[in-house]
Amino acid sequence: MVRVIVDGTPVDVPPGFSALQACEAAGKEIPRFCYHERLSVAGNCRMCLVQVVRAPKPVASCGFPVSEGMEILTDTEVVRRARRAVMEFLLINHPLDCPICDQGGECDLQDQAYGYGSGVSRYQEAKRAVTDKDIGPLVKTVMTRCIQCTRCVRFTTEVAGTPELGMVSRGENAEITTYVEKALTSELSGNLIDICPVGALTAKPSAFHARSWEYKKTDSIDVMDAVGTNIQIQARGGEVMRIVPRVNDEVNEEWLSDKGRFSVDGLKRRRLDRPWVRVHGKLMQASWQEAFVSLARRLDGVSGYQIGAIAGDMCDAESLCALKDLMTALGSPNLDCRQDNAWYDLSAREGYLFNSGILGIEDADALLLVGTHPRHEAPVLNARIRKRYLNAGRGGFPIAMIGHPQTDPTYEAELLGDGPDVLEKLLDGSHPFAETLKNAKRPMIILGHGALTRPDAAAVYDACKKLADQTGVVAEGWNGLNVLHTAASRVGALDLGFLPGTRGRTASGMLRGGVDVLWLLGADDFPVDKIGAETFVIYQGHHGDAAAARADIILPGAAYTEKPGTYVNTEGRVQRSFRAVFPPGEAREDWRILRAFSEVVGKTLPYDTLEAVRERMAEVNPVFRRIGAISRPEARIEGQSVPSTSVVSVSAPQEDSMEANPFRPVVQDYYLTNAISRASATMAECSRVYGPTRAVAAE
Amino acid sequence: MTTHQTPQQQPDTFVFDSASEAEIVTVLAKYPTERKASAVMPLLYIAQRQLGRESGSAWVPLVAMDEIARRLEMAAIRVYEVASFYTMFNTKPVGRYHLQVCTTTPCWLRGSDDVVAACKRATGIGAFGETSADGQFTLTQVECLGACSNAPILQVDDDFYEDMDGPRTVALIDALRRGERPPAGPTINRSGSAPEGGRKTLVDAEPSIAENK
Repeated sequence: MVRVIVDGTPVDVPPGFSALQACEAAGKEIPRFCYHERLSVAGNCRMCLVQVVRAPKPVASCGFPVSEGMEILTDTEVVRRARRAVMEFLLINHPLDCPICDQGGECDLQDQAYGYGSGVSRYQEAKRAVTDKDIGPLVKTVMTRCIQCTRCVRFTTEVAGTPELGMVSRGENAEITTYVEKALTSELSGNLIDICPVGALTAKPSAFHARSWEYKKTDSIDVMDAVGTNIQIQARGGEVMRIVPRVNDEVNEEWLSDKGRFSVDGLKRRRLDRPWVRVHGKLMQASWQEAFVSLARRLDGVSGYQIGAIAGDMCDAESLCALKDLMTALGSPNLDCRQDNAWYDLSAREGYLFNSGILGIEDADALLLVGTHPRHEAPVLNARIRKRYLNAGRGGFPIAMIGHPQTDPTYEAELLGDGPDVLEKLLDGSHPFAETLKNAKRPMIILGHGALTRPDAAAVYDACKKLADQTGVVAEGWNGLNVLHTAASRVGALDLGFLPGTRGRTASGMLRGGVDVLWLLGADDFPVDKIGAETFVIYQGHHGDAAAARADIILPGAAYTEKPGTYVNTEGRVQRSFRAVFPPGEAREDWRILRAFSEVVGKTLPYDTLEAVRERMAEVNPVFRRIGAISRPEARIEGQSVPSTSVVSVSAPQEDSMEANPFRPVVQDYYLTNAISRASATMAECSRVYGPTRAVAAE
Repeated sequence: MTTHQTPQQQPDTFVFDSASEAEIVTVLAKYPTERKASAVMPLLYIAQRQLGRESGSAWVPLVAMDEIARRLEMAAIRVYEVASFYTMFNTKPVGRYHLQVCTTTPCWLRGSDDVVAACKRATGIGAFGETSADGQFTLTQVECLGACSNAPILQVDDDFYEDMDGPRTVALIDALRRGERPPAGPTINRSGSAPEGGRKTLVDAEPSIAENK
């Protein structure tokens, strides 16, 4: 540790800290524009000037390393005047159009000009103007406002791994551009909006919609992928206006994927806002009472074995728990949360988790990706892999992938092959990457749903497990055998045992007339046309997507922004979200719908309050007691009526040996993967601009 | 004032010719393989000179920058940044002869205005940055060329023509138009930056210098 004296207060900071970090450690606020703690240091805005005793002039603290006994002064007349002068320079070419700027109210330049500026402008000359750039459907540019801090250039180059932005020309003519006008190809481009300290880069879809201080802000969890990104929902007048990330260093740092950020307009379109009942082949509007009564009548006399339930990818654990309890009460063993027919090793919780944790990526020193393309399946997690790749230096973090990626993974990855046959070569040691894994101290395997949704998933998983045992991927204090989920609800559902019970049918088994009555809880991403013609379908969900059109009864539920919910992310972290707005029309929170219906069929569920549901969840699986943290008990899936091995035996027929055909991507079009994003005009536009065909062409 | 604009007219392809390839080999040999991005400036210059040889207009089109990015395994935008930062890389087509007049203070005091006026008169160019109607000349205003003792300077492509004035500028441009390349250097009676008309100091010490030779 190095002892530094900041304004007379001694602080101990690690060597290698900058003067700015030391000042922060001492609790001093240092104004800055170009400096960002997750990006490299540029030192070009000069706003962070401080005085260092015995230095001949003020120094830019962001790039000034600390040394033993250094004395830093952050609040002297010299510093104040220096900041005032820097601010005056920064504002020379800034248009000062705050009243019509979307950044107004949350603008670093505005705040710091207020706090550290001189208050008046002496500038009389002409200001420069810069032409705006078209960088795609998500980020709006007003380049005249740009102060050339180059945060965006560093973000795209370092974090996103798509070096497309740059600062061209020099001096007065310098400007940020893509040079050849084109749309940014990153799935993290929305973060440019947060990272831009001025109003140069703002959100295009929500341009001129509202002011930052008008929003009601609610903490929530993103459900567009299984990372469990911590988000803040910003609503005004009962409408979600925008979604921004919250900082959680263990999960998403401070990034949010574009789908999570910009799907908000999908929450207003194609919503199911009242119950519907199919009468003589035609869906008719109904009241809750009518819907419940007709549903109860239909269920009357139907054996529990003829009732099935499939859960979708964005369900909260509360509704999953309530639906499972209802199905159990109705005597049905036919439950499944795997609408994609994925196979998991259910013998222990480790079998389906991202065991090392997302933070664990930063400790890994070799990585094998099997049937996964994290850039599309979990962009924020992919940024973490890239971060590790960059921090490790050249060759320090060898990455190999099995299964051809649709786009550039944003890091150097050796493509070992297209199909699982490579795993055999790794197993018998004939492939050199086996040696790389073996030599690594903390090797990691990420197994994606490109592998787990295949008929030979069990064999592929076994091969990976064997490889993990051989090469020390699973060792004392380290479990690097990771499953990367794509569905936000999946781990929670597995933890609750939302799986077929004794002689229960799997998701695919419930199709083609496998059950007489099928309850779909927000499940849209399976071949809906394969539901048997005679099957009576109940769709409980929030969007009129594929399954709602097939339904005989529609029960309007709440989207993730409209209900308090519990979600378990891919690493098994239990996180809670809060209600930001109310569901539209007659729509209700999903667990309440199930609770209300249970009373109509005379199987009343034993809970009336959210707390009681959560208590029930914790009874089913104690992991639900530990909010925010990753629980790592060797807990078996509790509350499951059957030993989990029999679950495997009743699930889709598994083949013993691996097939030769290549892994196929699970995410065909990143921007359109669920009912909310498919309803979003912004996402449709993104798909048009960046869609699968374009991505292939760009490769 | 608006600034950067990518020129509309861009060639579709660019291939380094054998002469350029030979130069590239020498340049790349100077840098470690994993640091070969350092060669971006020499390669841009090689590309610019090649285009000058091929088309008579020494500039770097986008396709050439993309090719350089590919060869040096760097992002194309990083090459654009470098090319647009340095004024000696032409990102727009120029005439066969690139007239670069220094108008910084010493040259200005010594009559660079006359040189500029003569350039405009002799070529028919209206303003800085323009190319003459016959495509032969492009006139550019440049900052200090570092040869102030021979001010004013007119740089034609890579050559300095020093101690210029109006009539000599016109004569030079006429010679260029005829396809001649007058020798570079001072256009008055002096050697390098030695005094005009021969030595002015230490004249009595002449024998000893001769002896030393």
